[in-house]
Amino acid sequence: MAGESNGAAGFGSSIRRREDPELITGRAKYTDDLQLAGMVYCTILRSDYAHAGINSIDTSEAEALDGVLGVYTAKDIEASGVPGGVPVGWLLPGLKTPEHYMLAKDTTRYVGDGVAIVVAEDQYTAHDALELIYVDYEPRDGVADPKKATADGAPLVHDDAPNNIAFDWEIGDKESTDAAFANAAHVASLDIVNNRLIPNAMEPRAALADYNNITGELVLYMTTQNPHIHRLLMSLASLGLPEHKIRVIAPEVGGGFGSKIHHYADEAIASWASMQVGRPVKWTATRTETYITDAHGRDHVTHGEMAIDADGRFIGLRVDTYAAMGAYLSTFAPAVPTYLYGTLMSGEYDLPAIYCHVYGVFTHTVPVDAYRGAGRPEATFIVERLVDEAARVTGLDPAEIRRRNFISPDAFPYQTQVALAYDSGNYIGALDKALEAIGYDDFRKEQAAAREQGKYLGLGLSTYIEACGLAPSAVVGSLGAQAGQWESAVVRVHATGKVTVYSGCSGHGQGHETTFAQIVASALGVPYDDIDVVEGDTGSMPHGWGTYGSRSAATGGSAIASAAEKVVDKARTIAAHLLEAAEEDIEFEDGNFFVKGSPDQSQSLPDVALQAYLAHNLPKGIEPALEATSFYDPANFVYPFGTHIAIVEVCSQTGNVTLQRYLAVDDVGNVINPMIVDGQVHGGIAQGIGQSLYETAVYDEGANLLSGTMLDYAVPKAHFMPSFETDRTVTPCPHNPLGVKGVGEAGSIASPAAVVNAVVDALSPFGVTHIDMPVTSEKVWNAMK
Amino acid sequence: MGISIELEVNGASVSEEVEPRLLLAHLLREELGLTGTKIGCDTSQCGSCTILLDGQAVKSCTVLAVQADGSEITTIEGLANGEYHPMQQAFWDNHGLQCGFCTPGMIISCVDLLSTNPQPSEDEIRHGLEGNLCRCTGYHNIVRAVQTAAETMNG
Repeated sequence: MAGESNGAAGFGSSIRRREDPELITGRAKYTDDLQLAGMVYCTILRSDYAHAGINSIDTSEAEALDGVLGVYTAKDIEASGVPGGVPVGWLLPGLKTPEHYMLAKDTTRYVGDGVAIVVAEDQYTAHDALELIYVDYEPRDGVADPKKATADGAPLVHDDAPNNIAFDWEIGDKESTDAAFANAAHVASLDIVNNRLIPNAMEPRAALADYNNITGELVLYMTTQNPHIHRLLMSLASLGLPEHKIRVIAPEVGGGFGSKIHHYADEAIASWASMQVGRPVKWTATRTETYITDAHGRDHVTHGEMAIDADGRFIGLRVDTYAAMGAYLSTFAPAVPTYLYGTLMSGEYDLPAIYCHVYGVFTHTVPVDAYRGAGRPEATFIVERLVDEAARVTGLDPAEIRRRNFISPDAFPYQTQVALAYDSGNYIGALDKALEAIGYDDFRKEQAAAREQGKYLGLGLSTYIEACGLAPSAVVGSLGAQAGQWESAVVRVHATGKVTVYSGCSGHGQGHETTFAQIVASALGVPYDDIDVVEGDTGSMPHGWGTYGSRSAATGGSAIASAAEKVVDKARTIAAHLLEAAEEDIEFEDGNFFVKGSPDQSQSLPDVALQAYLAHNLPKGIEPALEATSFYDPANFVYPFGTHIAIVEVCSQTGNVTLQRYLAVDDVGNVINPMIVDGQVHGGIAQGIGQSLYETAVYDEGANLLSGTMLDYAVPKAHFMPSFETDRTVTPCPHNPLGVKGVGEAGSIASPAAVVNAVVDALSPFGVTHIDMPVTSEKVWNAMK
Repeated sequence: MGISIELEVNGASVSEEVEPRLLLAHLLREELGLTGTKIGCDTSQCGSCTILLDGQAVKSCTVLAVQADGSEITTIEGLANGEYHPMQQAFWDNHGLQCGFCTPGMIISCVDLLSTNPQPSEDEIRHGLEGNLCRCTGYHNIVRAVQTAAETMNG
């Protein structure tokens, strides 16, 4: 049954995924599917209060329960002497970094904050014992709204962060932007809440920690998007074990969307517990537990304004944002509403003056960090909503005002006013293609006719750009990252000509085993089936930074291409020796080396590989074997862009919004596997539609999570979605060897603005100028009144 | 105290002594090693644990193992019979999965859908999958997969 025989499955082919046979038969093993001899289970007691002092914790009854091996609190972790920290990995100037310990010591700061640990022989007992732990809490007031949290007198999350402000950040030029507004013929102005989201990767987070107290080595299987980052932080901040004594393995991972980037306390707790009991310890989050522990996304309160001149040209953009950090600073949290947000404020537009100010705010909520798109959906939503509002105040058509303000295709590289230098783009090309495909002019006629009959149709444009392919290491280092962002690859040609590729990326649904093999099949001229791709094991491959920020093709793929090129260079030297020719006279085509003009006398790559391993007859100074390692540090971010269009119908009786069509024209540069790229676009769009119409994390005034289970939070179902129409333009990235950009996040970045712009367009006869997400029937119905 | 149950799982007879509160999903995964059946939630929303119980799709996290006494169960591991079930094949051919975690339950639900409605419309497919969540695909290619499988199975 298994196996895909397709020797010509190189770069650009829509070959089916080699990952799938194991997944469709149930053979693939995710973390919770693994069992080790002697394995026991760990559960974590979590605070029911958003904010409370801990007077005492009585664990005696839980400890007495049959099958319980141990019950632990923060005091036990402290007594063990491990560092116990859960640190933030991105430091902004002036950032407040209050201590985040693996368990709450004397104060809980959000519903979900860990308080105690149970280790038991079986998982039912481990859960039973949680109910026998008695915590004497002293409840205190909490605050969940990021703007209200900054008010004088608001309950403080951390005593050393006055007004709950974690950081005060700005980008752009305030003076020139204020001047633009002073000279503006028109001003578009909106107050926007970007709703808090819960990631909901279908596989809940899990860890299986196996500490060997004889060798001092920890093997940690876990749900991770970046095993090396987790190993680093486990070693340095949480456990204190030497880095080389920790091996982190990502088995099959069931989605991430950012939520499995971050270093949480829980996987460190399972590891620490294994160190205590000397047996393998498994921790698996229940879904309800993921709702109060997986880092949430978005949660901004923003005022945005666009200054426009008399000709409908944008002359200034001003943005003021309160961005929730939650109770503690998660791994990359400070970067998300700053360098992944303020830097995107130019959108696709030639904007001469921009100023963006952001307060990062502690709230008594689950920490907020990167979630699919991370900062860029929030920025795109503001820019694209303001562009539509600018169209309204100037009386220009939304497509026309975009066309008038786009960065021209001949203006690249384009330096924005907010740090980024866009490398390439053709924004008009994608817009025109999308408008034609949707039938823009015909739609406007249909819309007018429908309105006559009391039927409200709306069309929303989102002409987006994003910066991804994270990232040039020196650049992110200068901005506060405590990490590099290059990527590694090893391309190993075996003696028989078969190939194993090791990547420092760590896929969890993206199909890397397929697409990375396609890259190598084209680069080496080796059959696709002769190439294996290995990821996700710190014991197997060089350090890598993982999969997030739409980086795997642009950085990991480029690393693989670079390593393959080194392999070809070495093989060429050997082939020249074997063919008794000068190296510069050797051509390489379809996996064969031959002397220019004499293709009949050739050495195939497998021929050369065999000679390289035998090493009986190698040129002077050439080492045996045939493999190469590359550490690829990108020269710049990559900048995918495109036009998304949503068409909605709004029911004037109920306020119900029906998404009639959704069309996406994306430009992600060269495409390795069109089928997989389309799939990534579909998934991103669906998450953006989820944000715009259905999903939101709701906290009450006391910071209790009301949407705390899958029953209460609307993860979109199949019938919530239309079929998607997808198309592409291709503007290759000029600075990486494959010409690729990223695609994983594009859909979630573009789609919220497209959907909400469509709803606002449909509601324009009612004088509606903005409506916050999720656009529920209730909100629409009230807006129409 | 344990309760004795006997059932047939993927064609094989199984006798187990189980705690009354043991969930069928845990029996399959922990006791029988059939980890193809996934557990993605604790409120019966996600459908990752869907199996066929006496030919009908049920969420095995919402069935006690003792309730399955005397029944016939098919999990994702038992769906293929030497070659892929047409639904498995269609999911592969149509890129109907990405991370694969919802896939076993989704495939089982899709098989159940076609057993009651062999030629569903797109709308019927979307509503028929009401009990199964996927976070990766936006359902687009899952719908295509069900349409393809329907053609194959009716062909």
